[in-house]
Amino acid sequence: MENEIILESRNLSKGFGGLVAVDDVSIQIKKRTMHAIIGPNGAGKTTLFNLLSGVMPPTSGQVFYKNQDITHITPQKRAHLGIGRSYQITNIFSNLTALENIRLAAQAMGKDSFKILRLASSFQAYIDKAQEIIDLVGLTGRQMVLARNLPHGEKRKLELGIMLACDPELLLFDEPTAGMSSEQVPELIEIIDKVVHLKERTAILVEHRMDMVMSISDTVTVMNQGKILAEGSPHEITNNPQVQTAYLGDLYGELA
Amino acid sequence: MTEKPITMEPVTKKTTISSLINRERGFLIFIAIMILFPFVMNWITGTGLNEGITKFWQGQFITFFIMAVFAMSYDLLIGYGGILSFGHAASFGGGAYAFALLMKHWAPNFMSQYRILIGSLDITQTIVLIFVFLIVLLVSILIGLLFAATSIRLKGTYFAMLTLAIGQALFILIKATDFHEWTGADEGLHGVPLPVWLNPTQNRLTVYFITLVFLFGSYLLMKRMTNSPTGHVVVANRENEDRMRMIGYNPVSFRTVAFVISSVFAGVAGALYSIWNMSATPNMLSAVTTVDALIMTILGGMGTLIGPIIGAGISQVIQQFFYTWFGARWPLVFGLLFMLIVIFLPYGIVGTWRLKRLDIKEGWHRFVGLFKIQKDQS
Repeated sequence: MENEIILESRNLSKGFGGLVAVDDVSIQIKKRTMHAIIGPNGAGKTTLFNLLSGVMPPTSGQVFYKNQDITHITPQKRAHLGIGRSYQITNIFSNLTALENIRLAAQAMGKDSFKILRLASSFQAYIDKAQEIIDLVGLTGRQMVLARNLPHGEKRKLELGIMLACDPELLLFDEPTAGMSSEQVPELIEIIDKVVHLKERTAILVEHRMDMVMSISDTVTVMNQGKILAEGSPHEITNNPQVQTAYLGDLYGELA
Repeated sequence: MTEKPITMEPVTKKTTISSLINRERGFLIFIAIMILFPFVMNWITGTGLNEGITKFWQGQFITFFIMAVFAMSYDLLIGYGGILSFGHAASFGGGAYAFALLMKHWAPNFMSQYRILIGSLDITQTIVLIFVFLIVLLVSILIGLLFAATSIRLKGTYFAMLTLAIGQALFILIKATDFHEWTGADEGLHGVPLPVWLNPTQNRLTVYFITLVFLFGSYLLMKRMTNSPTGHVVVANRENEDRMRMIGYNPVSFRTVAFVISSVFAGVAGALYSIWNMSATPNMLSAVTTVDALIMTILGGMGTLIGPIIGAGISQVIQQFFYTWFGARWPLVFGLLFMLIVIFLPYGIVGTWRLKRLDIKEGWHRFVGLFKIQKDQS
């Protein structure tokens, strides 16, 4: 039970023309863990993510979710299976209010979306749920603001909220702190940490910010040039000489 | 295309008669005026309800009511769903032809052979009309599904081009001389036989009220639909299809719903238009008819429903007066006026009103920008 696998990829590859972005990646995500995928730009992190969330089909290999082959299942069906995804580039419904953004996601999980002669506002459960998530991600008081008028940091929170409203078991975070100033980052990390542990969810996190990843994840996978370079606990990874030279060394060396 | 207007509906828990009156005050006043109009006209001018200037203006309003519903049905697609289709006239013309063809070629035959009676009451005519309207609905649904099918794989400009192609293909098909015997080819179908009570020359007031009720019902129904859970998801499709997919909606299903509903309203509007003119002509299927709806929608404000009604009214009035002022050259003047409207009121009349942001200065900058030669920055 403790080491149950929720998501697994087997020999997953994706090529764009001559370029192999993801090369024969086999990765196992254990239930109720925070699993970080790190690597330099162009390492294939986002492509791997797109394969796991079903945005693009792999060239070869398979993806399993709870021992079910989901390689060729559409993103909308994956959402109903319990896989949620946030985007690196903010991807929200710009001309709708923050509340409506999240309410739509909550409604997607129900069975009322084709009730064309009922009022959307009469389904109080979705509104309540959206309100609850608004509070959870720290957007209290901002629910009636149009999404496009929110500052960047709040858009990132909204992005997170939309994903949470689908009540996913597995959360895929694609650089949740992208473009945020370093003062804003700790707050968002705290929220992520909270929502993941609140309902014993599993999370996969693609990140650039090494410090953040190390402090909250249970397992870290390092990718480089489409391949897995190393995998282990944050402690193991920081002490892995291979990783240090190939990747961490550069970054920390510059910073130090 | 500029940014989409903002649709923010007041939050209401449920619709009661009083809340409806409160929200739709303007629209209800407009309907009330329209109900009173023939009688007031009759009283002022002294001409009978079914003759002279009173009758003439009823005719103008009948066209306006029908075009308003057609424009609203287009707004469902473009304003709410963010779907730019150049083949919307196919639904309008399709409904009109379905109606005219059956009334002309099938109904007289059927009525000469069969009688449907309840006791001694002859209801053949009513049954025939109901049946014909059911076929109109069926045809509109099929046309809606056809366009929905094209949107499965194509997006943006490619989709718009294909809808134009399908629309024009149907336009050419209906003009084909091969089917002259049935469709009348270029001339279309004229002299569609109608029951006396529905004949617009003999009983114009009846047609006036039928089309008014149609406008009233269509508006309230469409408003309800856009406020439904489904309507909200259709708006999400306009905003961000990718994200919509990722939270578990199938965009194709919702686009199909939008296409079919929009097509049904357009189809019934087309059938009523062919009652009003007692004819169906190829022009009703042409891209020009779609562009008319597009102009009305943009003029009034996309994604507002009330906007297309206002747009249809304005376009009707402009057509009338511009023709007397400028003769055959009126579309040229209207074109220039339309350009100015788009520059100064990018959200349309209703959109600008709701945003409370009439920015003449910004509009002026856009206007001057048209004449500036773009300097190469590099």
